[in-house]
Amino acid sequence: MSHNNLTMVSLVSVGEHPASGRPRRAEQDARAVELGMKLAGDDLQTLYAGAADNEQATGALRSYLGMGLSQIKVLDLPEQADAMLGLVEYFKGHFDNHCPDIILTGVRAESGESSGMMPYMLAEQLGMTVVSSIADILSIDPEAKQAEVLQALPRGQRRKVKVSLPFVASVDMAAPEPRQSAFGPANRGELNAEQGHSEDDVERSTWQTAQAKKRPKRLKIVKAKTAADRFKAATAKAAGGGGKVVHGTEESAQAIFDLLLEEGML
Amino acid sequence: MSDIFRRDPRAEWIARNRLHPLYQAIQQGPVYGPSGLLRKNLHGIGFIGPNGLKRIDRSGDSSGEMSGRRGGGQAQAAVVLPLHQVSEPDFTIVVALDLVSGRLNGHDKDTLGLAQQLANRDGANGAVIALAFGELKDDTLGEAGVDRLIHLSDDQYNDYDPEQRCSDLSAIVEHFNPQYVLLPDSINGGGDLGRRLAAKLSLRPACGVWKVDNDSIVCRGSAGKSDITRPLSRLLLVMEECSEPVSETRHEQLALTVESDRAVSKIVDHGNVKVDPNAIPLGEAGFILSGGNGIADWSGFHNAATVLGATEGASRVAVDDGFMPRTRQVGATGTWVTAQVYIAVGISGAIQHMQGIGQCDKVVAINTDEGCDMVKRADLSAIGDSSEILANLIGLVEQHKAGASKDVA
Repeated sequence: MSHNNLTMVSLVSVGEHPASGRPRRAEQDARAVELGMKLAGDDLQTLYAGAADNEQATGALRSYLGMGLSQIKVLDLPEQADAMLGLVEYFKGHFDNHCPDIILTGVRAESGESSGMMPYMLAEQLGMTVVSSIADILSIDPEAKQAEVLQALPRGQRRKVKVSLPFVASVDMAAPEPRQSAFGPANRGELNAEQGHSEDDVERSTWQTAQAKKRPKRLKIVKAKTAADRFKAATAKAAGGGGKVVHGTEESAQAIFDLLLEEGML
Repeated sequence: MSDIFRRDPRAEWIARNRLHPLYQAIQQGPVYGPSGLLRKNLHGIGFIGPNGLKRIDRSGDSSGEMSGRRGGGQAQAAVVLPLHQVSEPDFTIVVALDLVSGRLNGHDKDTLGLAQQLANRDGANGAVIALAFGELKDDTLGEAGVDRLIHLSDDQYNDYDPEQRCSDLSAIVEHFNPQYVLLPDSINGGGDLGRRLAAKLSLRPACGVWKVDNDSIVCRGSAGKSDITRPLSRLLLVMEECSEPVSETRHEQLALTVESDRAVSKIVDHGNVKVDPNAIPLGEAGFILSGGNGIADWSGFHNAATVLGATEGASRVAVDDGFMPRTRQVGATGTWVTAQVYIAVGISGAIQHMQGIGQCDKVVAINTDEGCDMVKRADLSAIGDSSEILANLIGLVEQHKAGASKDVA
């Protein structure tokens, strides 16, 4: 399924391994690239905003190329720069003051502030619609300028929505897994750097960042007035033996059925 | 009357003599000693137990049986919390609630708790305005810390329409000019709505806030790998357990009305898609039918799971015996599940299995052995042959489905 008259851009970032902290292909961004390649094939444009001469970042970008992309455009920005401004300027400059039809991103970055604001800011600045945490794009209708999108909901549920083009979609972990990155294509692919323009993120430079501490477990607060109540709260078993026991086949089935109906499972 | 305490030697004498005919009458009121001190009548405390021994229950449970001073008349009434009123607030705080299926969840309550903490810190006089979209089944919003309530309940809010909600929320923020705007940073809509609002109003939000200290906050960054300490910002997307929920006061929950403009919506909701229950990851599934050693008829079990629309799970024995794949194993050595309803068929409940289902809401046990651990844990236990019970249950469910489709037609 290839839509030749549609422009599709996927934004990639440099991920960070949760345990070792090594740069890697970001999981959600890789899913976005996979989805883009499924829909647009070779016409998918891939864009990275960040420092071009960073060796570790380049290694991570190469693993996206290893998925079969011919090139990644690198918008060269300094480390401290606000990537948002640079990207907005890039899109306004390269798409004749129009935006691409579909921009695919991850839900949030794996390093830095990781606020998940990128798709929303980009959509606001470029006048696009934003659909959050999608699992798949089912179909695109270029004539009607609409797309059918599957959104990922909690508990493995999916919701179908119709979105009018152009839109920004953030791709959730529920999307199909990305293909493996191969060594040959990763080395053959090109990283085309281009000078970007942005401003430094001044506000962020005042923040302090530290390794995440384990959050304290919430304590059960006992507001008993008397010693007897406090003693009871400290020694009482946690609501044991409250279950209902039913005998008999038909009665049991009816009781379970009633419970399922009450919980809204049917 | 004079305050001087006067002794009544005759009454004292009667009170000392339990065999006196007037003893019962004298015992009615409080007894004072010679110096005017209140005397407890230890003989009056407690009750006579079933085997004739005196029992004193200090837990206050058996108030009906107690003949002592804390007797039946003083029944445990529901505690009425003091009402916290804010008639003329100095500032406001807006909280947009998630309200999953119309009820407050823990995340909403924590968010409201933090809002109240910010509204009342250093003796400030702020009001918390809660914003509820769509259906609202909960009437305990006042106890959760809502001073003012804006409830937008038109039909359009029942569908997924984030743009309409965002436009309403931004209109409310512009109208009330709140000091802070708080939303739960959740996957149930709060995180999405908060970020939309931030983009619309060009505010820089603080996402994943889990701690507020005076004027600085701690947020989770780098997808949970780092803590960022930064100044308090106006728009906060807070994590669960960021603050204690309100528990000591009641709030007014005054209804406010605002006009909402119809926003141009570019996203049209087409409803939830039917998903194959077995494609849902076990750890996420909301309804699990789990089978163990007690199952003789596995095809009947699979059939039941299909009819009920439940995700299949298994105990370790069932997996080891080759009836189910390893990926379906529930328990400490398999997957830790969080289902809303968990039906354990023929599972006696090894400790590892019980650990794995610790977070499940409602547990149903179908077992032949009434004394097993699973029955002790379960909210509902059906004692009997599992295949017969499941067959009956399938019958009931199919009957229910047929009835429902007849109603539609």
